[in-house]
Amino acid sequence: MQLDLSLIVPEIAVAVLALTVLIFGMIIPAKSRQGLGWFTAVTLLGVLGLVIAGWDNMGSLYGGLYVVDQYSQFFKVIFLVAAFLVVLGSTRYVDRHLGGQSEYYSLLLFATLGMMVMTSAGDFMTIYLGLELMTIAFVILVCFRRLESKSLEAGMKYVLLAGMSSAVLLYGLSLVYGITGSVVVSEVGGRLAEVGANPLLMLGLVMLLAGLGFKISAVPFHMWSPDIYEGAPTPITSYLAVGSKAASFAVLIRIFIVGMEGVALNWELLLALLAAVTIIVGNLVAIPQTNIKRLLAFSSIAQAGYILVGMVALDPEGGVKGIMFYGFLYVFATLGAFTVAAHFYNKTGSDEIKDYAGLAQRSPLMAAVMVIALLSMAGIPPLAGFVGKFYLFMNIVDNYLWLAFIGLVMSMVSVYYYLRVALVMYRNEPLDDTPIAVSGPVSVTLILTMVVTVFLGIYPGPLSEIVNSAAHSFFMH
Amino acid sequence: MDGFPFLTAILLAPVAAALIMVFIPRDEGKLIKCIAAIGTFVSLALSLYVYFSYDQSVGGLQFVERIPWIRDLGVSWFMAVDGISLPMLLLTNLIGFAAVFASWNVNNRPREFFILFMLLVTGVMGTFIAHDLFIFLLFYEVVVIPIYIMVIIWGSSKRVTKEYAGMKLTIYLLIGSAFLLVGVIAMFMKSVGIMGHPDMSFTALAEAGKQLSAFDQKWLFGLMLFGFGSLISMWPFHSWSPDGYAGAPTAVSMIHAGVLKKIGGYGLIKIALVFMPLGAQFWAPVMAVLGVAGVTYAAFGALAQKDLKYIVGYSSVSHMGYVMLAIGSFNLIGINGAVANMFGHGVMAALFFSTIGFIYEKTHTRWIPDMGGLARQTPRLAVAFMLAAMASLGLPGLVTFIPEFTIFVGAFEVYGGLAVIGIAGIILTALYVLRAGANTLFGPPRDEYNHLEDIHGPEMVPLVVLGTVLVVGGLMPSLLFDMINSGAKDIMAHVADVLKIGGVL
Repeated sequence: MQLDLSLIVPEIAVAVLALTVLIFGMIIPAKSRQGLGWFTAVTLLGVLGLVIAGWDNMGSLYGGLYVVDQYSQFFKVIFLVAAFLVVLGSTRYVDRHLGGQSEYYSLLLFATLGMMVMTSAGDFMTIYLGLELMTIAFVILVCFRRLESKSLEAGMKYVLLAGMSSAVLLYGLSLVYGITGSVVVSEVGGRLAEVGANPLLMLGLVMLLAGLGFKISAVPFHMWSPDIYEGAPTPITSYLAVGSKAASFAVLIRIFIVGMEGVALNWELLLALLAAVTIIVGNLVAIPQTNIKRLLAFSSIAQAGYILVGMVALDPEGGVKGIMFYGFLYVFATLGAFTVAAHFYNKTGSDEIKDYAGLAQRSPLMAAVMVIALLSMAGIPPLAGFVGKFYLFMNIVDNYLWLAFIGLVMSMVSVYYYLRVALVMYRNEPLDDTPIAVSGPVSVTLILTMVVTVFLGIYPGPLSEIVNSAAHSFFMH
Repeated sequence: MDGFPFLTAILLAPVAAALIMVFIPRDEGKLIKCIAAIGTFVSLALSLYVYFSYDQSVGGLQFVERIPWIRDLGVSWFMAVDGISLPMLLLTNLIGFAAVFASWNVNNRPREFFILFMLLVTGVMGTFIAHDLFIFLLFYEVVVIPIYIMVIIWGSSKRVTKEYAGMKLTIYLLIGSAFLLVGVIAMFMKSVGIMGHPDMSFTALAEAGKQLSAFDQKWLFGLMLFGFGSLISMWPFHSWSPDGYAGAPTAVSMIHAGVLKKIGGYGLIKIALVFMPLGAQFWAPVMAVLGVAGVTYAAFGALAQKDLKYIVGYSSVSHMGYVMLAIGSFNLIGINGAVANMFGHGVMAALFFSTIGFIYEKTHTRWIPDMGGLARQTPRLAVAFMLAAMASLGLPGLVTFIPEFTIFVGAFEVYGGLAVIGIAGIILTALYVLRAGANTLFGPPRDEYNHLEDIHGPEMVPLVVLGTVLVVGGLMPSLLFDMINSGAKDIMAHVADVLKIGGVL
């Protein structure tokens, strides 16, 4: 069989880039390592260009082991854009609070590589490979503030819990393998249809769901995320919330919608219940939070619930499309909010919401970005979140109407705690009214996220067409 | 006229004004206010032009602009006006223009105030001219956030804090809109099933609605009734309205009571009623009963109030009860009366709130027992107040008289008893309005108000603009009614059409 390596050029590029950054770190004197962030950002843009250039270049390697379709390309675009924005927004933060630039950027790139592998993985082993690559990189990144006990605690928790969830996931995968005798996702579906329902399969399914549910922090597997989001360096938190979650969704979709297609078990109802609980708990627990990172953590749990809704769509293609659309805008909203939080911490050393008082007067840009990001997550038009929710919920009104009710009512409830942040920023007089300067790269990140969020809300047409073709390619084989 | 996108221009004038304001230094208050005035004036002038060049003999949708927007949802940028949306569009711009001048004395962070206000006006206008359900929703909720921010910064805390008032307003409307959204999405998906392709335009959905089963129509209409009903402060979902208006700054109260809550009535007529006539028929008695309940309940509520803004707040709930009764009568006269009453009440409420705003600015109180004899010290304010008060109780010769009369004619045919109770509401209205006027304006003047300056200069604009409309609309009701009738008769013809089919099946 001919190996078409052109399919995996972006992956190769990221791997080479990660190693290059590591080597640069050794040969460049410590003082001038600050340029590494810029170098990484620019080259990431280059890789992004490669993925986009290869948009129509689809195929699979090693007999379905590694699948490159527009579906995976789309997710890769999400990861690369997110990585670019995270790197851009964190240059100052890393120089000031972390040090170890080359390791930081290199690990970030390895995590990105892991995500890229996850979305393209066509069999269980490759999925697991990508997942672990991503997780291990993240573990180190989470405890990168190595002199702070909170960060170390977060790292330790992440190691233990992620290890456990991986074990559960592996167990589930091995059970499914045991039943079907195949690790290739596209073959599993057909074999399962012959097997029919049996208790072993049910156990495997639940374990798969638990393992992946941990990664997307769906309730009741969400306990880790607020602590770890709070303890990790904020740029890493944002990448964890965006990249890790999106990649795990990509896997979840592939395993369940392709792999479990023929299963007689009603996993859809299970997922619908999971989505409902996640939406409700995430939103309700977010209400009493006083720390912005914890608030965002719970809100991102709720967001995962909304995305899960797409899994139970009556028309799977429409559901996948909704997930991809929502995933894309979720990146921008989340990164916007976290970048504001990171920059605010950078300048004031605080993550408490009450210290955001008067931010609208100290830095109108940061306040505006925060409000727009939060309201987009709440699904208030004309921001992108509204269109995203429309796409997600329109596919379930015919089979899970109750879920649509829960989702839409809870998203209005979420406005309550989002607006409390707006209240503090806009109404309260600042305790310290020195303006907060926003440096170049951070303001680029902020403005970009804001513009995209508003633009997608008003004119979602182009993105929806791209997503359409990507979702279509997913069901081609 | 053909080719020039009038409606989009009307919509974008305030947006352009807001964009200009972003680049003006924050302390240039006067300049910012002038730009706001110009932005709203352009919209007002254009919408007046559109209003008077609309061809009533042809009727239907005119000034149509249609550009495909989101293909896979069948969404298009579909802007058009008919006899029902035009009066509402004009009303929005009248009040928007007047409200800029009613806020002439806002000196705390004026730039942010007027930017938010421009967005608010744009959002409200958009709902009235969009003829695509998706674009309608986009504008429908866009207004919520500017209102919240304006209430918490520039509002006032009286019986409840402004934070509470703002949050209550926001959450109420958003929960209502969540149910509305479910209804809209379900309606859309069913229409895709019927037509075979997605199309979100009002016209296409109205056609698809013809084939909706009676059961679907009923539950979908119920959801929309809840959503739109909570926006129009239908009893028992009205309690945000008095608190919200009392907490809000003048301009927000004017826009909110004047036009924003009318989106509820407009949506019920142009969307719910047209898409789901069978559902409307089913829910009509409920709407009528809730309407009359709102009329009397809120009128008694207003009687018990001593804060001027609360009185007008409750009175607006009461007046919207008439609109619900009219929609519930489910006939052409009723619909005519409903839309005309929304217009008349909008002008009246806006004038009322702007007058109260000025009284509060000057006397620093809205508490009626602390006032008295203001007619001597501030005669022009007194004129504005009395004009609004007379319009509120439906004095013949003002724009509010004939709509109320029409509503009763329409309702009497269908619900004799309810109409009688509704008419009794007018007596209560007269009671609380006249009492408020008497205790505020007349009686012995108080020495502490001797130094008050009467409204002058820009402050006169709301009185002149809105007062003129009140009188002209009252003397020449055909200006308003011919327009509304040309729209309402199409709607009722469509409804009759569908009901006939439904009867055969």
